[in-house]
Amino acid sequence: MPKRVLMQGNEACVEGAIAAGMRFFAGYPITPSTEIAEVSAVRLPQVGGHFVQMEDEIASIACAIGASTAGAKAMTATSGPGFSLKQENLGYACLTEIPLVVVDVQRSGPSTGLPTSPSQGDVMMSRWGTHGDHPIIVISPSSVKETYELAIRCFNLAEKYRQPVIFLMDEIVGHLREGIEIPENVETVDRPTVEHPTAKLAAYHVEPGQLVPAMAPFGHGQRYNISGLFSNEKGFPTNSNELTEEKMQRIMHKISDNYDDIVQVEETGLEDAEVAVFCYGGTTRAAITAVEEARAKGIKAGIFRPVTIWPFAERELDAVCKKVKKIVVAEHNYGQLLHEVERVAQGRCKISFIGKVNGTVITPDEILAKIEEE
Amino acid sequence: MSKMELRLAGSGGQGVILATVILAEAAVIAGKYTAQSQSYGPEARGGSAKAEVIISDDPIGFTKVQKPSFLMALTQDSLNKYGKNLPEGCIVVVDDSIEHIPDMPGCKVLTLPILSTAREKVGRAQTANIVAVGAINDLLHLVDHEHLREAVLSRIPKGTEELNMKALEMGMALNASV
Repeated sequence: MPKRVLMQGNEACVEGAIAAGMRFFAGYPITPSTEIAEVSAVRLPQVGGHFVQMEDEIASIACAIGASTAGAKAMTATSGPGFSLKQENLGYACLTEIPLVVVDVQRSGPSTGLPTSPSQGDVMMSRWGTHGDHPIIVISPSSVKETYELAIRCFNLAEKYRQPVIFLMDEIVGHLREGIEIPENVETVDRPTVEHPTAKLAAYHVEPGQLVPAMAPFGHGQRYNISGLFSNEKGFPTNSNELTEEKMQRIMHKISDNYDDIVQVEETGLEDAEVAVFCYGGTTRAAITAVEEARAKGIKAGIFRPVTIWPFAERELDAVCKKVKKIVVAEHNYGQLLHEVERVAQGRCKISFIGKVNGTVITPDEILAKIEEE
Repeated sequence: MSKMELRLAGSGGQGVILATVILAEAAVIAGKYTAQSQSYGPEARGGSAKAEVIISDDPIGFTKVQKPSFLMALTQDSLNKYGKNLPEGCIVVVDDSIEHIPDMPGCKVLTLPILSTAREKVGRAQTANIVAVGAINDLLHLVDHEHLREAVLSRIPKGTEELNMKALEMGMALNASV
């Protein structure tokens, strides 16, 4: 029997990460993500891992990238202000294809904002925060249980695709405590590695049929260069337009061509629904109660929830737009995924919006009022 | 009991957050669903602190308390702040050190010596939150006493077991009832 325990969302993030194989964490504490650093500091030494508190958020992500390069599954965690600081190195990890998990427990912003209050204001930053076109995977949990499970998924996708994955949490779930069952066994994925590393191997050479180049851990026989400049297959900078094109196409397509593997949604009660509530992360909890109340009143309502935030779940949402009359978009921001929903809906159904940016949570009553609105 | 929504309020440092964590822990041990959360300002001590716990026989959607079935306030400030707009039938426990109890229409208001019991009978002011937990469970019958004891023991510093068990017993001994 799996053991049932009371756990905080931030704590579940660390436990899931450790179950996935995380053995390195570097961070700089910031509310509401601080417990992730605290629990990592306690737990990692117990499993033979390492915790480092760095001097700031920039150094933290740099440190985690370095650890991953040396072969460790690595994570860093922060909130809005720190997430801003991490963007430059996030782009570096995208181009150099370093597996990494970056947790952002969102709080009200901009700037230092409201440190202890909920927000989902970093959704667009999680997609486009670092400069230049780049691939990204972003995942958002709505319960403590899911935080545990999806932390594992973040690592598995990061390893499989040699890709930074952003675990986009929010204060609602990060600071929530719920009972969860810790599974005895979890499925984990490890990055493709080089069996017999030698100095002569080209580190960024991709064999036909390979998704990403095999990655030899630094310090194990293969000497190679890693650069934030576009590089040749040995990792050295190049001005070749052909190689640049090839690399960009490959890193973008490794994500977009594997949409079905990466994009997850949760649909609840949509079979006969006339109204769908579009929500994600902690906001989902208000939507669940609102939809239950709507159903009790005889309104055919359901929930469409992207679990994977980026890439955006446009295929699944497209199917919903064909059958419902109205979509209520609920998010703790001024309207960020709202625009994605409008883009996919293309006027086929009515879109109404509820956003909140004052530091309080969206309540079931507020969503219900939008569901009932003519 | 199918669903209880509890709100505990006090001054930062009084341990109302830990009190709700212990009640949530006890609920998990008892096999119930629970959601515990808190709100506080940036300061570590002083200011007002509010913590909430929902205990239910069914899965919990919205995780925040909407219509509290129970409110405990340990300070005048926290009572002034959270003793408003309470739903009909809400049980309100106020510490007997609170001088002015506002009108709370439709609520069952109970005065209990939480802080003084901790300070004088248990002998340690810091145990007020455990006294509170004992009194609350005795009043609301949330979980078996055995589950509550286990929960308290799992969340307190080593070496303070005897003191906290005494606080828990003292809380129950207040024989709170409405």
